[in-house]
Amino acid sequence: MINITSPIEAEVVEKLTVGTRVLISGVIYTARDATHRRLVQALDRGDKLPFDLNGQTLYYMGPSPARPNQVIGSAGPTTSGRMDIYTPRLIAAGIRAMIGKGKRSPEVKKAIQKYKAVYLATIGGAGALLAQSIEQVEVIAYEDLGTEAILRLNVENFPAIVANDIYGEDLFYQGKAKYQRRE
Amino acid sequence: MREIEASAVTQAVAQLCQQASFELGEDVISALEQAQQTEESSLGKEVLGQLLENARIAKEERLPLCQDCGTAVVFLEIGQETYVIGGDLYDAVEEGVRLGYAQGYLRKSIVSQPFSARINTKDNTPPVIHTEIVPGDQLKVTVMPKGSGAENMSQLAMLKPSDGRQGIIDLVVRAVDEAGGNPCPPLIIGLGIGGTAEKAMLLAKKALLRSVAKPNPDPEIAELEKEILAQVNGLGIGPLGFGGRTTALAVNAEVMPTHIASLPVAINLQCHSARHKETIL
Repeated sequence: MINITSPIEAEVVEKLTVGTRVLISGVIYTARDATHRRLVQALDRGDKLPFDLNGQTLYYMGPSPARPNQVIGSAGPTTSGRMDIYTPRLIAAGIRAMIGKGKRSPEVKKAIQKYKAVYLATIGGAGALLAQSIEQVEVIAYEDLGTEAILRLNVENFPAIVANDIYGEDLFYQGKAKYQRRE
Repeated sequence: MREIEASAVTQAVAQLCQQASFELGEDVISALEQAQQTEESSLGKEVLGQLLENARIAKEERLPLCQDCGTAVVFLEIGQETYVIGGDLYDAVEEGVRLGYAQGYLRKSIVSQPFSARINTKDNTPPVIHTEIVPGDQLKVTVMPKGSGAENMSQLAMLKPSDGRQGIIDLVVRAVDEAGGNPCPPLIIGLGIGGTAEKAMLLAKKALLRSVAKPNPDPEIAELEKEILAQVNGLGIGPLGFGGRTTALAVNAEVMPTHIASLPVAINLQCHSARHKETIL
């Protein structure tokens, strides 16, 4: 188990090998499908981005609404594969870590190696549990997108596991190979 | 004829949307607990424990089990001796979804103009409604909030009759293998076999309403369910795709007669957050 602070220092990803459990504290930003499209369009046009991407962590998540006494509603990951088409571009622009669920494309894995980034998988469908690690929420951009707006989250010991590392390893491939069995 | 107020349907739907989103079924909880005992991967065991903890928190805090509160899929079994008064039945269901998703602080995930503007309707309507006329004077309402992570991995294949039983097994195992961790395993695998293309798909969805503890009452179909489950759990995908022996908790197959030239097979995957609740009016 490794405790990491986001934004993440470049050398930290060297220690993050596939299968390592991490607890993330600090600031992370939410981004889903529509947000990715807008971020990449902004990059293409050379527009100012809603936040400095350098060293930052993206969490593929659109929460359920908070009740009046809550910081956030349910807040688990969405399927990362839908972001694959945009991800290499965002990694090249400075994003250091992504949190989501499910496997990534070969292009994303290459970008992770080339630019020294990391993909962290967390527990899909455990939105009530994961919400307990989120302490503060602020909408910083794209409010019109509703649940897909960019949120700045302050997290404390948010649990995840290294799924793709700078060494080209893949948790989903390794895990499956280890437990595969023909009946 | 027995009269049922449309407003009673609205109240029932509103209540079921919330109950389903906060309370995981006892059958699924038991299956997850059992899987925790048998899972060989320590990470897999850990994840299964976190899913059970998630279910406990969701129920206690009335927090959605999953932030994807789904498309509201509503099944109505309408007794032929009932008569809905005081409004349009479909409007009543839609109003129930609107109310339930607002009152429960559930996520609104429905967009209009799916291939162009994709504008959120902001109240999670319209629901997808399936109706069936049945004997009797009762109205059974079932609400299934269906998340898209698993729904997106659905498949329909019009197999050749010669593909037979093995063709079905190969198709399902391949579909689950390709889906990997995306549909949030451990899964419940809904299969619809026979009928026509659209009927098979509906059977697959309805199969997901059956308890994970109950095999199909037909021994031949139950045997097929068992064999597919064993093969799928041999894939090694495991909880959330991290590796392990628990890729699916159950295979639920529903079968009906089909055309001499056809063998339709529909696959509808359900994530571990298998949410559905029902009531009888």
